[in-house]
Amino acid sequence: MRQQVLVLYLNNSSLDSPVVGWARYDGTGRTRPTTGDGDEPPYRTGVAALADGWRLFQAAQLIPPFPGAEHETSFLKHEFFFDKLDGP
Amino acid sequence: MPTTRQLLDSGQVARFVTHGFLRLDGVVPPEMNAEALGVFAAGLPAVPYGTPLSAAFPVGSFARRLVELPAIAGALDSLVGPEPTVDHHFVHTRQPREGSAQALHADALIDLRFDAFDVQLMYFPQDVTEDMGGTLLVPGSHLRRTNESDTGRYQNLLGQVRLVCPAGTVLVLHHGIWHGGRRNDSDTVRHMYKIRLNPTVPQVRLWDTADLADPAVHEELRRRFPWYEEASGRLEIHNRIRVWRALTADPEFDVDHWATRISNRPTHRSHP
Repeated sequence: MRQQVLVLYLNNSSLDSPVVGWARYDGTGRTRPTTGDGDEPPYRTGVAALADGWRLFQAAQLIPPFPGAEHETSFLKHEFFFDKLDGP
Repeated sequence: MPTTRQLLDSGQVARFVTHGFLRLDGVVPPEMNAEALGVFAAGLPAVPYGTPLSAAFPVGSFARRLVELPAIAGALDSLVGPEPTVDHHFVHTRQPREGSAQALHADALIDLRFDAFDVQLMYFPQDVTEDMGGTLLVPGSHLRRTNESDTGRYQNLLGQVRLVCPAGTVLVLHHGIWHGGRRNDSDTVRHMYKIRLNPTVPQVRLWDTADLADPAVHEELRRRFPWYEEASGRLEIHNRIRVWRALTADPEFDVDHWATRISNRPTHRSHP
């Protein structure tokens, strides 16, 4: 059993909002995803990934802005981790 | 402001503030591009941190001739001003078929300045094709407060730039831009020479400001990028306004009322 991981960054905290960023990690070793390897997102929304068999296992919490830093921007906020299991 | 040098105009500086970089395609002449690889192979002399640009590179040296090319000198004059100091310089090399990319990162340390910034030059002496691992850039990422490679989890962002360029191209970068050397899947060694420059004067109206009121400046500063989340994208515009206010010494400047609306605290009592 090997795990494949898909990380999607969405436009807002809703799982059916558009994908704005993505990353893939492949425990099967069949592919070697890396930084800057494509311009086309694998799915248009988070729900589209569910429909293709990816299982959601983590979603970013909604955390209020830190007092005094309400206008600062930093990491992408709406991060969703999915996986697929491969093999016996 | 004299315009005999190739100073940037306000639209170009607004583009720098919005995108976090400017792209100067093919501004280095072919004979210098041909010379560059030998210069890199021989090794560049070390420059102590903070050396004035005019003292860092001897007259006639490759690096000196590079920064004195009119388009590059004009961009530097417009963004960091006269006599910046050299922070450091380095030749970055991506080996053929090396297997992986650099993690997405911003250089140096998390940087809190809104009223000052460093500029980095990235010079590409070769034609960079799609498979040569040209630098990945994330437009509009430079004002995000993240520390170095903490962004390494992000592999691809919508609207990213995977640099493909002709020989002699120079990128002029804000210090905070998210970037990384991409995986080189070609059989060619790919070089990039980077110089980081620190300003020594206030970075206020250093460019050709004749077009400061041009509507194109507002249009540029309100630009969204495809990877921005809806909510954070609004904050990005707000933060650009803060930068533009500092660069123009205009504390009232605004775009679409974003900054004015949330700072309004009326002081006059209402009529009874």
